[in-house]
Amino acid sequence: METVRLNTDILVIGGGTAGCWAAITIAEQSGLDVLICEKAGIKRSGCLAAGVNALNAYITEGKTPQDYADYCEKDAAGIVRGDLLLTMSERLNSVTEKLERLGLVILKDEQGRYVARGDRNIKINGENIKPLIAQEVRRHSQISVLEHVDITDLETSSGRATGAYGFGIEDGTFYAISAKAVIIATGGAAGLYRPNNPGFSKHKMWYPPFNTGAGYAMGILHGAEMTTFEMRFIALRCKDTIAPTGTLAQGAGAKQINALGEVYEQKYGLTTSERVYGTVMENLAGRGPCYLRTKGISREKAQSLEKAYLNMAPSQTLKWLESGVPVEEQDVEIEGTEPYIVGGHTASGFWVDTARMTTIPGLFAAGDVSGGAPQKYVTGALAEGEIAGESAVRYAEKLSPEPLPEESVQAHINETEGFLSGRKSLYTAPQLEEAMQTVMDKYAGGIGASYRFTEAQLDIADRRIAQLFELSGQLSADTPRELLRIYELRERLVVCRSVIAHLRARQETRWHCFAENLDWPERNDRDWRKYVNSRLENGKIRVIFRELVSGGETYEHSDKQG
Amino acid sequence: MSIAINRDKCIGCGRCTQACPGSLIGMSGGKAVMRYPEECWGCTACLKECPVHAVRLFLGADIGGGGTLLHTERQGEILRWIFERPDGTVQEIPIDTRESNKY
Repeated sequence: METVRLNTDILVIGGGTAGCWAAITIAEQSGLDVLICEKAGIKRSGCLAAGVNALNAYITEGKTPQDYADYCEKDAAGIVRGDLLLTMSERLNSVTEKLERLGLVILKDEQGRYVARGDRNIKINGENIKPLIAQEVRRHSQISVLEHVDITDLETSSGRATGAYGFGIEDGTFYAISAKAVIIATGGAAGLYRPNNPGFSKHKMWYPPFNTGAGYAMGILHGAEMTTFEMRFIALRCKDTIAPTGTLAQGAGAKQINALGEVYEQKYGLTTSERVYGTVMENLAGRGPCYLRTKGISREKAQSLEKAYLNMAPSQTLKWLESGVPVEEQDVEIEGTEPYIVGGHTASGFWVDTARMTTIPGLFAAGDVSGGAPQKYVTGALAEGEIAGESAVRYAEKLSPEPLPEESVQAHINETEGFLSGRKSLYTAPQLEEAMQTVMDKYAGGIGASYRFTEAQLDIADRRIAQLFELSGQLSADTPRELLRIYELRERLVVCRSVIAHLRARQETRWHCFAENLDWPERNDRDWRKYVNSRLENGKIRVIFRELVSGGETYEHSDKQG
Repeated sequence: MSIAINRDKCIGCGRCTQACPGSLIGMSGGKAVMRYPEECWGCTACLKECPVHAVRLFLGADIGGGGTLLHTERQGEILRWIFERPDGTVQEIPIDTRESNKY
């Protein structure tokens, strides 16, 4: 296959929110060259494809960064990195101001102050937020962008991250890229579990279906320490369209009701996981389906809901119209999504030091791929991109370039060519993907299992996922797109294995639905106020428990293990 | 949920192929084509980038779709959301973009 070799000072893997911001930071603060590798095109790739209508992480008047960190800690029932949350929160407002300078429209009141929505949110007209960030990337001549290239592996054989390998998803060109430092910003993982609608609409999901957990998988396979994979994220959404429910609940005052018309939300609590849990429990008790009660609202309110959803999730307005029943004459059915692994909402991801370096020297992490700091949203991802960018500059400035080891380049070419060799394979990547999602659904707490699991089930899941990974090594691709599907499947399988190990390790139920362990159904603060971390060593996942890190501390990696 | 591209309207500029976060749209015969409709996220990035409103959104039949196609056309500050039903009837919801965040 055609091979292209590239050299850069800092390689950024993933051109989404955090990755683009890291690249901009590096270009502004140093003379170093940056290369962004992105699987799609940076203009609208990642979580911001559709745009957003609010910035959910902002320090409003009278509040402090510590308040924001405290809120995140409470929502995650204490299992967060205080140091990461505080250093992130301190930058939320400065990155917001910078977004405004790039052209983002932030709504203001008569006094020129941002219009707040609650304690932590400000309203924006953010349809074009990603194009604005991408445009700023393009303005810097130090930044090169390689699009439609999927990075499949890191180079770490010298004991630090010195580059990566990948291929062009349209033309199949092989890339070998050497760098002094690498920033990983590949997002979280969707598609591990059987989705709400496994057929034609399988990708109509909360999180980008193109985020496969590639960064997690590369890190895991290179022995990086990972944290809190057991804290899965599940969103409560409008059935079928997976549209947000907040506008109905807060905007229209709609209550969660069961099929008998009883309001049930007070019974279970109002955090995200409790709202999902309540809905699951009502269904299990035979009182489903559950709804947000919109029947009986005024026509005027109904029309404003139609418009609100056209702005942020047009499929919901389309669904109302397709139903043939006016909005005010029906309730909106709700459901939990399949579980995701995502460090921007919950705390799963790379175990990093306060400077956002992973346990692999020279590998920095930002955004959803980075663990310990939930509730990042857009601005938190930008703040982390900035911190990771600054740290990567300090690290790379001292180093001279190191060529990729030739035997490693050849081994990676051979692996990729192996999948393209035309060998016979009984199975296809989509078949194995379906098998993986079915296993995770049934045996590792998916929608079909009401998010619950037992140790005995996790044992089955672990064996089946290991078998599927074995089978995936024999798959065959005729086109670069089929090759992409094979790599994406293998990334997800690697992540699944770690999720299973983490779910098993935390012997309590701290977060309903996110980690509903039927063998350990109670929360146990005496024994479990600690992180569950893991490393892949000699083919086995070793679980490591670590003590909580608070805000104000500076955490550095050491060999000391808890 | 997925998209359908109106081949007669498409001018082949390729913007949607760059906008799709899944690289799902390709070019064929100088026109954009949705290559993998079942892999669509429904994010509407392509609708927003298309300068001639050739991209339409629809719901899969598995999530309640009844064949209606949705697209937008901009007139100054007004964004017109246009629903074309399979029976040929058309419904429109106009939104003033200056007020788009009031809901």
